[in-house]
Amino acid sequence: MDLTYGPEYDAFRAEVQAFLAANRAHAPADARPKDPASIRWQARLIAQGYTARIIPAAYGGAGRPPDILKSRIIAEEFASAGVSMGLGGQGISMLVPTLLEVGTEAQRAQFIAPTLRGDMVWCQGYSEPGAGSDLASLRTSAIVDGDDFVINGQKIWTSTAHIADWMFCLVRTEPQAPKHDGISFLLLRMDTPGIEIRPLIDMTMNRNFNEVFFTDVRVPVTQIVGKRGDGWKVANVILKNERDSLSNPNAALARLNALRDIMREETIDGDRLIDKPAFRDRLMRIEGRVMALLFNDLRVLSSQLNHGQDASLARMVVKLQGTELRHELERLAIDVMGENGLAYGSNPYLRDRGSWQYAYMFYLGLIIGGGTSQIQKNIIAERGLGLPRESKLATA
Amino acid sequence: MEFGLSAEQRLLTDSVVRYLRDLAPLSRVRQIADGGRADDLIAGITELGLPALLIEDTHGGVGLTALDACLVAEVLGYHVAPVPFVANAVIAPTALRLAGSPTQQRAYLPKIAAGEMIFGAGLSSRTGARAGTGVHVRNGRLSGATRFVLDFAADAYIIADSDAGLHIVMADAAGLERRALETIDRTRPIGELIFTDTPAEPLPNAAGAFATILALGRAALAADTLGAAQYMLDQAVDYAKQRHQFGRPIGSFQAVKHMCAEMAANLEPTRAFMWYAGNSFAALPDEAPRLASHFKAHISEVGTFVAKTATEVHGGMGFTDLVGLHYWFKRIGFNRQMLGSPERLREDVSG
Ligand SMILES: Cc1cc2nc3c(=O)[nH]c(=O)nc-3n(C[C@H](O)[C@H](O)[C@H](O)COP(=O)(O)OP(=O)(O)OC[C@H]3O[C@@H](n4cnc5c(N)ncnc54)[C@H](O)[C@@H]3O)c2cc1C
Repeated sequence: MDLTYGPEYDAFRAEVQAFLAANRAHAPADARPKDPASIRWQARLIAQGYTARIIPAAYGGAGRPPDILKSRIIAEEFASAGVSMGLGGQGISMLVPTLLEVGTEAQRAQFIAPTLRGDMVWCQGYSEPGAGSDLASLRTSAIVDGDDFVINGQKIWTSTAHIADWMFCLVRTEPQAPKHDGISFLLLRMDTPGIEIRPLIDMTMNRNFNEVFFTDVRVPVTQIVGKRGDGWKVANVILKNERDSLSNPNAALARLNALRDIMREETIDGDRLIDKPAFRDRLMRIEGRVMALLFNDLRVLSSQLNHGQDASLARMVVKLQGTELRHELERLAIDVMGENGLAYGSNPYLRDRGSWQYAYMFYLGLIIGGGTSQIQKNIIAERGLGLPRESKLATA
Repeated sequence: MEFGLSAEQRLLTDSVVRYLRDLAPLSRVRQIADGGRADDLIAGITELGLPALLIEDTHGGVGLTALDACLVAEVLGYHVAPVPFVANAVIAPTALRLAGSPTQQRAYLPKIAAGEMIFGAGLSSRTGARAGTGVHVRNGRLSGATRFVLDFAADAYIIADSDAGLHIVMADAAGLERRALETIDRTRPIGELIFTDTPAEPLPNAAGAFATILALGRAALAADTLGAAQYMLDQAVDYAKQRHQFGRPIGSFQAVKHMCAEMAANLEPTRAFMWYAGNSFAALPDEAPRLASHFKAHISEVGTFVAKTATEVHGGMGFTDLVGLHYWFKRIGFNRQMLGSPERLREDVSG
């Protein structure tokens, strides 16, 4: 057991802290796609090597040598300073790692740099009305005609489709094959003729996701990632990345600290909420859960640095535990604020621009999205604990 | 012994159910939530006798009981009905009956019963006052602020001051500033009242009656949560039967079955709790405030669990506006904080 990172890393941490102190004024409160201030911040972070850190410079990344500890220090310091880590989104968090792993050289050259810069925004077209948890039953079809795929069908719950320039999606190219083997992973421009986008309002009352309809949409056959029929495998390369990105324990820690501050400020009949035993106990329970996930994350990290350490179960529980924890944490903040915690939209008593109510609902969305909690539990039980699969499903 | 509802009570709730099912479907609720007017629905429930429920027939009311008011509130919650009730039909008539003078009763109760006046209620200075709120009386006039006023779109308000007093304040009183407050629950308008030497009419017998008035308001809000949670459970069960994944109804997965069963197992006992607590206002008046507090604290926790779980059963559909489930989710969230949060209520009853 050695939990020190070493002198080189202490120096690096000091460097990150100095950067944050000097530059945080330029950071947007939340990095948003297509927002000029966010794009400028992103460029600054790439130049500094704090985002897109290990992606080769030839593809627009920072081109630093892989060093998990340095990446972690950056994440820790940005979270504790409450400063944006730059642009996220499904292009950067999912498509870029996919192309790095299984894309062609031409695809990497074309897509990675503009995506990292924030000039090319992506959406993820996986789910369909009939294919959510059972994603492999998706039916949107792509049939080869000359040099093109011709796509027909419908996607749903497509986050950011309305602002995206491109979509990466799963379509059925081999209707005769068993369901997991008939899927391909395609890239397509959102302004291709035949695509219709209809916004969906979600429970936060935002229009963040959409239905996307395809009618005879023609996409060059070169825009496939991996081989025909390999789409399921390609998608699985990065599913893990998505699940990790939905439940960052450093972000939970920053949120916990903000909540503690609110509890020191808010009063009820003149008493501070932090002095109320019932609320204090709830805060401490959540703090314990945040700590468990932080140290679990450290263990997962360690297993990547040291051969022979197995943290697969530790990693498998992260999406389930992380999203449930955040939902609970945000809920406590609302209870702490009481009636003021109901404030929304234009309400003058809104705290932090309504982020607590928003996140309380949004994390319920993330409990569902990216593989529901029930599906996560199935995975933990079957792949993690080796319990027998439900018999009918095994053959479905 | 017989612990159950009477035929009259079932008739009463059936009539409200039928009315709301026909005239306040989700499409209409959405329209009102988006700023449309609810006048016809308010007229409709007035015709059904809802504001008159707790008012004696000598004042033009129907003279029913606290339990009846809870049963109606449950139906309103089930339909997320965007109409005034808890302040106008429960708190105000009870305050006037128990704390008002005969003159005040004659002046206001018939108007409430007939729908000629709507009352809001601002009790927040007595239910856990937040910074910046509190109402003080000087020479019979009010100063300060009360927030989270229920049934805000009203002609007059019942206001609790920070001591033990209750007052009637007219909506157009001099020195009264009214500020609507947007919340997550758009089916019920709330707002803030700011008083600057505002003329008010005190209710002479407030001191001894306040606990019961507040308790009845709490019981009604809690009943609203029960109704809203029951709706969410019913929807989840229906959806679990219809929605297929992996070639079978999702309700055939034990995970989904257990989510539904757990919701039912938590929710079902709250119905008897509501009957008992509602009935206690007549049968065991001394115990009613304690029962109402426990009922509201408990149903708030159950409601929070059901709201989350029923949404999860719907998958992505639960998170969107398409099936509108979030109106119920938010109504449950609203009721949880109003007139005393669970922590506050448990603190009250533990003393
Ligand atoms: C906020 C948010 C953002 C999203 N963004 C995107 C996006 O950008 N792109 C995209 O493609 N998709 C996106 N999705 C879709 C998301 O991936 C799906 O909603 C999710 O996979 C669940 O599928 P479903 O909605 O069809 O629910 P269903 O699969 O119908 O599930 C309904 C219920 O049944 C349960 N269930 C289903 N199968 C089983 C089983 N075998 N065992 C036990 N229980 C089961 C589920 O747990 C759930 O409770 C998003 C969803 C949300 C909520």
